[in-house]
Amino acid sequence: MKKTIANWGQYPCLEADELHFREEEEIAEIIGKSASLIARGRGRCYGDASLGETVVSTTRFNKFISFDRDRGILDCQAGVSLEEVLKLVVPAGWFLPVTPGTKFITVGGAVASDVHGKNHHKEGSFCKWVLDFSLMNSKGEQVLCSREHNAELFETSCGGMGLTGIITRVRFQLKAIETAYIKQTQLKAANLKEVFQLFEQYRDVTYTVAWIDCLQSGDSLGRSILMLGEHAQAEELPRKLQQAPLQLSDKLKLSVPFNFPSFTLNSYSIKAFNFAYYHKLRKQQQSSIASYDSFFYPLDFVHHWNRMYGPKGFVQYQFVLPLHNSYEGLTTILQRISKKGMGSFLAVLKLFGPQEQGLISFPMEGYTLALDFPVCDGLFPFLDELDELVHELGGRIYLSKDARMKSSMFFRGYPGAVDFIRSLESFDPDHKFVSLQRKRLAIPA
Amino acid sequence: MNYILILGATSDMAYATAREFAQRGWGLLLAARNEKQLAVLKNDLQTRYNVPVHTLVFEAADFGSHADFYSRLPHQPEVTALFFGYLGEQEKAQADWEEAKRIIDANYTGAVSILNLVANDYEQKKKGCIIGVSSVAGERGRKSNYLYGSAKAGLTAYLSGLRNRLTAAGVHVVTVKPGFVATRMTEHLKLPKPLTASPEQVGKAIFKAYIKKTNVLWVLPVWQLIMQNIRMIPEAVFKKMNL
Repeated sequence: MKKTIANWGQYPCLEADELHFREEEEIAEIIGKSASLIARGRGRCYGDASLGETVVSTTRFNKFISFDRDRGILDCQAGVSLEEVLKLVVPAGWFLPVTPGTKFITVGGAVASDVHGKNHHKEGSFCKWVLDFSLMNSKGEQVLCSREHNAELFETSCGGMGLTGIITRVRFQLKAIETAYIKQTQLKAANLKEVFQLFEQYRDVTYTVAWIDCLQSGDSLGRSILMLGEHAQAEELPRKLQQAPLQLSDKLKLSVPFNFPSFTLNSYSIKAFNFAYYHKLRKQQQSSIASYDSFFYPLDFVHHWNRMYGPKGFVQYQFVLPLHNSYEGLTTILQRISKKGMGSFLAVLKLFGPQEQGLISFPMEGYTLALDFPVCDGLFPFLDELDELVHELGGRIYLSKDARMKSSMFFRGYPGAVDFIRSLESFDPDHKFVSLQRKRLAIPA
Repeated sequence: MNYILILGATSDMAYATAREFAQRGWGLLLAARNEKQLAVLKNDLQTRYNVPVHTLVFEAADFGSHADFYSRLPHQPEVTALFFGYLGEQEKAQADWEEAKRIIDANYTGAVSILNLVANDYEQKKKGCIIGVSSVAGERGRKSNYLYGSAKAGLTAYLSGLRNRLTAAGVHVVTVKPGFVATRMTEHLKLPKPLTASPEQVGKAIFKAYIKKTNVLWVLPVWQLIMQNIRMIPEAVFKKMNL
């Protein structure tokens, strides 16, 4: 039975068979009888990475296997969501080593996309913390992968977009916390130069991210607010919270300075909003205690915020530029976007540190910018132009967000692509694991 | 510690229900046919909730084994919830008695066989709660699934009779009519979203029904309305309808 499926950007949309499995034997069976397939978790990648004619959903393969509360090691099936992980581990004094901006993704997806978070510059991407995982290969065999066993398959599968097989189980290291809260500080930056300086100045802070107002130009180009965060220690909490520092209190209203996402997303007067947003921060600097939920997942409070872009959907454009080109490059790109008047009103800027694993993992040392574009006439040619700029600057596009880049852009941006393909040929000679993205990027299939 | 016995524990609705009880500190007795899958659930539920979980192999259609099974439970369950069932293939079952019998045994005879034992036990103890998952398909026979429907109709009537009998002993019986649920059983069907519940919704509703001593639980209330209307269609019209 065909079903209409789209990922978070609602673009593209296709009719596909969606299969589920609950037991390992069932996956082997599915692999055996399907000509080609691709694994899919919660569908929170934006584009076509986990779409294909046959989509194998991991969402019912969502059981915990073990949790070592002393050492902070979690072993679970790939369909477990980060939300469920947090529910289990936070009260025991542990946290995700790396988390993206939504907790509604699966652990398997976190490995396949090698997701990054606000701490990449200090703590790397998700796969750095993975101890081992099991992968069902094209022959329907379960293979244990780690840095010691089947190291090449491990390396190829980290950030490998599901093209090496179906990740069924992941064991990873958690990070110790004293409280479920984040001590956050917000800093105003009048323009891009200032925000770059702030990123450098606060390089030692664990979590950093900036929201850029894309409608500014001239001297204010890149006007932004930088958010800094550290896991709060027990004694830093208000007295009331100290009694149960690892429990998130529903009753206590914390001083989240403003309810950023829901307000933005319902507002049509974006300019006015951005003005208000920026000037709401009266002081140059403002600190507060926030729950981990409101610090890491502000948009998760607005379910289906992706629908605000209308039925045609949107694409999220996220690129990274090498450090030495970042400032110049971002200035040029932000100017282009602001001139075109097509871009989203807000963008997220983040400094990456060096990237340690994965052949086609996205991060590299430098700055990454992410912004949304509603799908409309003229958008794709414009993004192709941006691609050229990104390429000239030595940068690349994030595959988990991508729905439209050309094959050449992929091959030019990812020097590891050649090795990646060579590995795929040896692990999956029959080209079993095929996504729409793989076809579009002409990764031989 | 309170225990719940879950029969057919590897179904999606049963798992969701187990989580609702375990979350509140209940011990779990998980019974099903698939031992390997039971072991996976045991790990998961123990990890999540740190409660005792026992797994038991149980075969609904092996009626002779039920008395022994029930007498050997490692703990006396305060609540027994029955989830097992089998949709089967209507067309196949019309021609093949084995398939028809499988449908009847899994949905009706097997349920009666084990619940008789539970009911006698609870009646004697003068406490307990029985939760039986039936189906809206039992409200009226339709050509597309009347074998499954008639077995579920039998189960609905059985649970209603049980409730009538056990009320005097202070034992409560909940009949669950989930409507469409997105589970393994219905994965291959195209179900209308507004009429389809998630297994998690069913689990939450069942726990609430246990607390509130609901008699008949319609997980999505719209189904009660739909089935009332379907029951009201005169037979002379109904028999010509394509349902």
